[in-house]
Amino acid sequence: MSAKGLPAAMRARVAEALLPPLVALLVSIVAGDLLILAVGQSPGAVYRMMLEGTWGNAYGFGQVLYKTTTLVCTGLAVAVGLRAGLFNIGAEGQLAAGGLGAALVGLALPAGTTALLAVPLCTVAALAGGGIVGYVPGVLRARWGAHEVITTIMLNFIVLALLSWMLSGRLRVPETLHTQAIRSGELPRLATWWAPFHGSAANASLLIVLAAAVATSWYLFHTSRGYELRAVGLQPEAAESGGVSVGNTWIRALTLSGALAGLGGINFVLGYEHYYEEGFATGAGFLGIAVALVGRSNPFGVVLAALFFATLSQGGLAINALVPKQMVDALQGVVILAMAASVPEVRRLLAIGRSAR
Amino acid sequence: MTNAGDGAPIVRMTGIAKRFGAVEAIRDATLEVAPGEIHALVGENGAGKSTLMRILAGLFPPDSGTVELTGRDVTGWSAAQAIRASVGMVHQHFMLVPLLTITENVILGREPRRGLAIDMARAQREVAEAAERNGFQMNVRACVRDLSVGEQQRVEILKTLVRGARILILDEPTAVLSPPEVQELWRVLRALKATGGTIILITHKLDEVTEISDTITVMRAGRTVARFPTAGASAQSIARAMVGRDVLLSNDAATPAPSPTSQIARAGLDVRHLVVAGERRARAVDDVSFAVARGEILGIAGVEGNGQSALIEAIVGLRRATSGEIMLGDRDITALSVRERDALGLAHIPEDRHRRGLVLDFSVADNLILGRQREYDHRGTLDRARVLADARAAIERAEIRPADPELPARALSGGNQQKIVIARALARETSVLVAAQPTRGVDVGAIEQIHARLRAARDAGTAILLVSADLSEVLALADRVAVMYGGRIVSTMPRSQASEETLGPLMTGAA
Repeated sequence: MSAKGLPAAMRARVAEALLPPLVALLVSIVAGDLLILAVGQSPGAVYRMMLEGTWGNAYGFGQVLYKTTTLVCTGLAVAVGLRAGLFNIGAEGQLAAGGLGAALVGLALPAGTTALLAVPLCTVAALAGGGIVGYVPGVLRARWGAHEVITTIMLNFIVLALLSWMLSGRLRVPETLHTQAIRSGELPRLATWWAPFHGSAANASLLIVLAAAVATSWYLFHTSRGYELRAVGLQPEAAESGGVSVGNTWIRALTLSGALAGLGGINFVLGYEHYYEEGFATGAGFLGIAVALVGRSNPFGVVLAALFFATLSQGGLAINALVPKQMVDALQGVVILAMAASVPEVRRLLAIGRSAR
Repeated sequence: MTNAGDGAPIVRMTGIAKRFGAVEAIRDATLEVAPGEIHALVGENGAGKSTLMRILAGLFPPDSGTVELTGRDVTGWSAAQAIRASVGMVHQHFMLVPLLTITENVILGREPRRGLAIDMARAQREVAEAAERNGFQMNVRACVRDLSVGEQQRVEILKTLVRGARILILDEPTAVLSPPEVQELWRVLRALKATGGTIILITHKLDEVTEISDTITVMRAGRTVARFPTAGASAQSIARAMVGRDVLLSNDAATPAPSPTSQIARAGLDVRHLVVAGERRARAVDDVSFAVARGEILGIAGVEGNGQSALIEAIVGLRRATSGEIMLGDRDITALSVRERDALGLAHIPEDRHRRGLVLDFSVADNLILGRQREYDHRGTLDRARVLADARAAIERAEIRPADPELPARALSGGNQQKIVIARALARETSVLVAAQPTRGVDVGAIEQIHARLRAARDAGTAILLVSADLSEVLALADRVAVMYGGRIVSTMPRSQASEETLGPLMTGAA
């Protein structure tokens, strides 16, 4: 039976992985049509404009890639949490902390430090900044049972306020909300390698972030620590009986999650503006939740989902002439709702929330 | 309405089929129940018994086939319609609100009102009367949380009866009961039958079938394969119908011989004055001492909830001991972690395989390495090839079916899932094995195999602590029997002196 059943089982598994996102996509396209018709435009024209403004020209595509880079990071952060059975809603604060970490190191290093040294140092600082912010709710959960949904939301406010205070004290350039430009650690724009990208913010941090996605996938699925993390996420008591420390695994998972979110900070700080600016992370944390859900908590799925949401976001700007940009926000909401209703992980998470009460 | 002529069945289910996704739960089932009888529906786990009864109780419709009640076609009816037609089901997992009283639980959803408020005085009177009428002795003002499992089950039955059930379906009702509580349940069921009620009893325990039922229907792999009157049927013949081949029943197995290695005085496991804090009671385990020698099985009998779970968890390192010592050989392991104890040769078969034993969404191969995952690290990466090779060997040895290491554990039957847990525990040399409920919810064929493996481990010199709520299992395997009651070991005796008669009173604290 198993010899004949295996291909069917494989097919079922692939269908199970792909069907929910596709159904969600279909639902959102229909909803999008209705929204566009409601504001008196033709869906065909709007979608064409959207495609032209994103994938249709090099500048637009570059902007999509820039937005993708940040979303991959916050998406990976949420995905790693979900794999460990934790809902990290604090990616925004972690991302901002990572950005400031990268900027502080970039400011501290002497000008002219070789990129071979400066970039890794700044990147590690970004990972550390986010990691510290992720570590705190990890410890709170492991030692005192404080639920990470509450603590990560609350830490968002605390961390953003703290960063704002640090910035306003000594770091900012007067009359602005940003620091001085970093002296070293800048990453080249992709345009320096391929001219048509000229003017777009896409930069080499994309490559670092893609490497992080590969590394995350390797960690989750090919190491014993990743195995433990997933076991804790699926069945904590069984993992505990197998000698896995559930608390330590939670701390490790949320620290890694925060570090991955923090890594996104290099996209803005090292790759784009070369300074830390208050508010650069706004919205990316919450969108990361959507990315992780659509990407089914799989690092490669996260990359694709990030590309999708970045396209929507950039497309929203492109179609501004025809329909209000808020329409795209509404559309994102529809995608997230459709996913939430169709993805088993989400349903299980909600069920866990109910039974844990 | 109950006695609609002799021979006319009150329930008739014909050609029932039901599929859940890829799983064919029922292929072709036919059931006829006569009014006023106790009808046993028996079969291995996963044979489709519960599914068939849930269809009768209106929880979901069949894919094909018809359901008739006193000749009326009721196929695909709802649970509410079933209750109105006086069909009631008592589920394996009780559906009671622990913080409410017996009365409040019984009237839930049909509260008598006075104005906007619940007429509690009337409710209590009515529930007390109903309890009296059905021969239940209970304080209807008691909080359900404070009741024993047996008492909770009686509340569940009362709730169903108060809703007017005349056809009562019970799903594995004795799984959680002590022998005296089982007798009490039989008394209730016989009384119900005497007043014209019809009872359908789902079970896989053969002694119960022969003791209480009038008629037997046997299910195997989604089909009803046999139906015969209980009078004249032997446990052996029922087992054959369930499994489809001859089975060596545990009770028939030769009394465990004292194994050749039992002279070794060195204790495998030595527990001294162990105290473990409980959640509500002050002490879940209260000053317990015992030793298990290498090559010996010490069986701990007792009704569930008398501290066995806390004892097991303390021994394997999942719960901290308040005081006392746990020795593995001559080594004090009281302060060690689960992982450290495992490394010293202490293996564990958890009592609840779905909660503690398995990660159901992991593959069979991944489940087989749970706890040993770090040993498969090869330059920072899990050595997949070795994981799979070891899994294939374990599947071969333990006869896990289907023999596919990549299948998620969830897809396997209960018996095969349990074989994974046991194969993992016995995968390498162990000095002490803590086996908790090793055959719970496992079919007859797999029980046979699991018992054989435990005996083999014992004969190879492992000290086995067997904790089981199933008295017949303790009697079939143990060399010595200890009885746990109220967090204490109240008695220890050699197997030769242990029997249901001697242990029953001890288990309920009566002796």
